[in-house]
Amino acid sequence: MAARVGVVLFPGSNCEHDVVEAVEALGAEADIVWHAKSALPDVDAVVLPGGFAHGDYLRPGAVARFSPVMSAVGDFVADGGPVVGICNGFQVLTEAGLLPGALQKNSGLKFLCTMVSVRVETANSVLTSAAETGQVLRIPINHFEGNYTCPAETLAELRDQDRVVLRYVDNPNGSTDSIAGVCNEGRNVVGLMPHPERASDPLLGSEDGRVLLRSLLAHVPALR
Amino acid sequence: MHFWTTSRLYGGAMEGAGSGAPSVHTALGLTDDELVAIEGILGRAPNHLELAMYAVMWSEHCSYKSSRTHLRRLPTEAPHVLVGPGENAGVVDVGGGVAVAVRIESHNHPSAVEPYQGAATGVGGILRDIFTMGARPVALMDSLRFGPLRDARSRWLFEGVVSGISGYGNSVGVPTVGGEVVFDEVYAENPLVNVLCLGVLPKSRLVLGRASGVGNVAVLFGSTTGRDGIGGVSVLASAGFGDAEAEQAKRPSVQVGDPFEEKRLIEACLELLDAGLVVGIQDLGGAGLTCATSETAARGGVGMDVYVSEVARRQPGMEPFEVMTSESQERMLAIVTPESLDEVLATCNRWEVRATVVGTVTDGGRLRILERPGGEVLADVPASSLHDDAPVYDRPVSPPADLAELRAADPAHLPPPADCGEDLLALLADPAWVYRQYDHQLFLNTVEPPGGDAAVLRLKAPGLARTSPEAPTAALALSTDGNARWCALDPRQGTAMNVAESALNVACAGGRPLALVNCLNFGNPEHPEVMWQLSESIDGMAEACRALGVPVVGGNVSLYNESRGRDIDPTPVVGVLGLIERLDVRPPGVRMVEGGRLLLLGRTVPTLAGSLWALQVHGHRGGTLPPLDLALHARLVELVRSLVEEGLAAGIHDVSDGGIGVALAEMAVRSAVGFDVGGLHDHVALFSESPSRVVLCVQDHAAEQVRRRAGAAGVQLSELGTAGGDRLVVRGLLDVGMDQAQAAWRDAIPTALAPA
Repeated sequence: MAARVGVVLFPGSNCEHDVVEAVEALGAEADIVWHAKSALPDVDAVVLPGGFAHGDYLRPGAVARFSPVMSAVGDFVADGGPVVGICNGFQVLTEAGLLPGALQKNSGLKFLCTMVSVRVETANSVLTSAAETGQVLRIPINHFEGNYTCPAETLAELRDQDRVVLRYVDNPNGSTDSIAGVCNEGRNVVGLMPHPERASDPLLGSEDGRVLLRSLLAHVPALR
Repeated sequence: MHFWTTSRLYGGAMEGAGSGAPSVHTALGLTDDELVAIEGILGRAPNHLELAMYAVMWSEHCSYKSSRTHLRRLPTEAPHVLVGPGENAGVVDVGGGVAVAVRIESHNHPSAVEPYQGAATGVGGILRDIFTMGARPVALMDSLRFGPLRDARSRWLFEGVVSGISGYGNSVGVPTVGGEVVFDEVYAENPLVNVLCLGVLPKSRLVLGRASGVGNVAVLFGSTTGRDGIGGVSVLASAGFGDAEAEQAKRPSVQVGDPFEEKRLIEACLELLDAGLVVGIQDLGGAGLTCATSETAARGGVGMDVYVSEVARRQPGMEPFEVMTSESQERMLAIVTPESLDEVLATCNRWEVRATVVGTVTDGGRLRILERPGGEVLADVPASSLHDDAPVYDRPVSPPADLAELRAADPAHLPPPADCGEDLLALLADPAWVYRQYDHQLFLNTVEPPGGDAAVLRLKAPGLARTSPEAPTAALALSTDGNARWCALDPRQGTAMNVAESALNVACAGGRPLALVNCLNFGNPEHPEVMWQLSESIDGMAEACRALGVPVVGGNVSLYNESRGRDIDPTPVVGVLGLIERLDVRPPGVRMVEGGRLLLLGRTVPTLAGSLWALQVHGHRGGTLPPLDLALHARLVELVRSLVEEGLAAGIHDVSDGGIGVALAEMAVRSAVGFDVGGLHDHVALFSESPSRVVLCVQDHAAEQVRRRAGAAGVQLSELGTAGGDRLVVRGLLDVGMDQAQAAWRDAIPTALAPA
C-alpha cells in the first residue's frame, strides 16, 4: 500500500502541486486538502506546503493558524501522525504553536531564492530518518521570513533534546544557531525553511531533497 | 447627468490659469480633431462620461494610434500560431495537445513615478493577460533599464522595481525565471520596466475575450473599484515626464497591487474555465471597465448594458466616470449564461473572490452605461467605436539630424586600453543580486535558472494532464533581449541584431525559435525622429523574423519615453520562445570544463561600433554597425541548436555585450574554470560585438565532429584555446586571476548599490 500524503491548501499557498509531484514520484499518493475542511481525509502524513497562506498579510502564518483544517492537523499530531511544514508551512506551524520559535525577516532584509547547503543534525525525526547525521544536502531556500529565532531557554531545550533537525552550513538569513529546521518533542512534527521538493530531480540541479521526503514516507506506518 | 471638474480628475495639477481653463477634452488628452470625430460617430456632442471613455480608449496606450500603421508590416503567421497579435496574448501550438500563451508589456511610466507599485502592478497586469486566455501562468521575465547606479535616484528606482517584482511575483506564485538589467544614462529619468509572462494550457481550454449570447450577463469579479489609476493610460502612459512636481502630481494615477487577490483570481478563473462555466472572459487593465466591456462586446459583435450602481466600490462618492475608467487592479469581467450564474458565483465564493453581475449582453452593438438596471442612461455609444474607430496617425518621419555624424564617429580612434584585463573586469556584472530576490523555481520547471543565455523550462503545469511516461520530455527556452546602443546607431539593423541575438540565445539552450513578442520602447511619437526610429525598427524586426522563420505573436508599444524634452534611445525589447523537443539532460549552459577546447563559431568583424566597451569605458556611442547576414545567422542558429541537442557542447555562450572577452570571462567565472586563449590581436577583437558568433567549450573527442558540422553549415570555426586552470589568459592582452575575476563579477552590483 502506497503511503497517502495530505497536502494542505490555504488560499495563497503555491507549492502544493510541487509537493504532490515530488511525493508521487516517490510512489506515494497525494490528496490536496482545502483549508476550510475541519477534518482530514484518511492520510498517513500531512505536509503544509510553501507559499503565502492568506497572503501572509499581518504576519506569515498568523491568519492560517485559524483555518479550520489546523485543528484537525493538531489532532493528527496529538495522535502521533507525521506532519512536515515547508517554508510557509513551517511559519504556520510556529504560529499554531505546534513548533517552538518564530521566523522573522532575513537579516539582509531581502527575499532570498538560492541553493544552500544544510547539514542533517539528527536522523531521529520523521523527516530525516533515512538520512545520516552529518550528511550535507544541497536544497534551495526561497523566503523573506526565514530567520529562525527563539528564546535562549527554548534554544537550550532544542539542543539538549536533539531537536535541531537541519542547520545551514553557511547561514544565509541570520537564523539563530544557523537553524534551518526543528522538530517537536514527539519528533513527529518537523518544520524547515529549505524546499526538499525543489531538489527532487536531476534536471533541477539536485536530488538531495528526496532523502527527506523518502524518510517521511518510509516512517509513515511505523508511526501510526 | 454627472459632471466633474478637470481639477478633480488630475488631482489639481492641471487646474487652468484664470479664465483660460483648458477645455474638458483637451484636459483629458483628446485633440480637437478627435473631438470632431467623436461628434461624428455619435451624431451629437458627447457628454462628459462619454468623453472620458473615448479619452482612455483612444489614448496612445490603448489605441496604438501612432504605431498601428507600422505594426502591420510585421509577419504574424505560421501554422503553429493559434492566436496572433490583437488578443490578450499570443498563443502557439507546441504539440501534444498543449499550447503556450505569451505576452510582454511595459510598465515604464508607473515605475518611474512609484517603482515598487509600478513594477508590481506591471506583473499583475501581464499575468491577467495570460490567464484570461485560459493558460496557467508559469513563468515571468523582466527586462529592466535604469540610469547608472552612481545616481541615488537610479538606485532607488532599481531597488524599488526589483522589490516590487519580487513582492508581487513571489506572492502571487509565479516564478520569475530570467530577464535582463541594463544601466545607461539614457534611462536616468525614464526607466524601462518590461514584463513578459508565459502560460501553459491544454489547447481545448483556449478562450477569447468575446461577449456573445444576447441576455447573457457580465460578471465583474475580483477587487473592488477605487479611485486608483484613474486615467493611467492617458495621464501617465501617453505623455512624457517634465519636472519633479509634475511627477508628484501623477502619483495618484499609479495603481496599487494586491497579489493575494490576484492569486485567488487565477485559481478561481482557471477553475471556471475548466468547468466550462464562462462564455468569454476579459481582464481589466488600462482603461478599466470601459475597455473590458467595449472590447468584449465589439469582438463578439454585440452590445452591452452596464450598471454602474452594481460595481462594488472601494470608497463612497465615486462618480460614474471614475467607476468606468478606474484602473483598480485584480479585476476580471466574465460573460456568463444565466443558467451558469449560480455556479460561477459559488466558485468565486469558495476562493473568497467578490463577484457581481454588472451588465447584460444586448443586441445592436451599443455600449450603454446605466445608472442602475432600468435606470437613467448615462452614456450610449457604439461599442466598437471605442476600439475600432480610434484614430490612426501616420505621423511624419525623419532621421535624426546628427545620425550621419554619429555613424561617422568610429570608436576605432579611441585610445586602446592600458590594461585589457582591467577593462574586462569593469564590464562584468553578475545579475544574481536581482534574481535571488525572485522565486525562480516554483512549479519544478526551471532547468536553466536566470543568468544564462536563455531560461529553460520543463513543459508542464499544475492541472495539465501529463503525456505518457514514454513521451519525450519537451521543454521551452525563453530569452529577452534589447540593445539600445545598437538601435541608436541604426534602428533597423540594430533591431534585426536584437532578434538575431535572442533567437541564438534560445538555440544555445537547445531550442528551436517558435515565436516572438516585442515591447517597443520609444520616445515621443510627435517627434519625427522618434517615428523614424520606430518605423525603421519595425522594418528591421520584420526582416529578421522572416529570415529566421519566427512569427510575431504579440507586442506592446510604449511611447512618450522622454523627460525634459529628451527622448530615450530607441529600445525595442524582444522575447523569443523556443521549443526543445526532447530534454533528457540539462543543457550545457554558460560554462567551461577543465581541459575543454574553446572554439568560436562565426567570424569577428573588427569594430567597436555600438559596443559596451566604448560606452562603459569611454562614454562613446558612435560608429557604423557591422553587417548582419541573416541567411548565415539562420544556419548558425540551427547548427547551434543541433549541436546542443546532440550533447556535443560541454559549455556554450553567445557573443554579445562585451564581445568575446566578456563571453569567455562569464563562462569562466560561472564554472570557476579558467582559460588560455590566443589569436585575438587587440582590444578590438576582444570587445567587438559583431553579430552571429558563439563560443563553444567542447571535449576533445567532439571537436572534430563540431568542425565538420560547422563546415557543412557554412559557418566559420576557429580555435580559440583551452579551458582549465585558475587564470583568465588572453595571450598578449590579459592575464587575470580567477578570484579577482569572480569578485569583480559578483560584487559589481552590490558595490554599486552601496557607494562609500
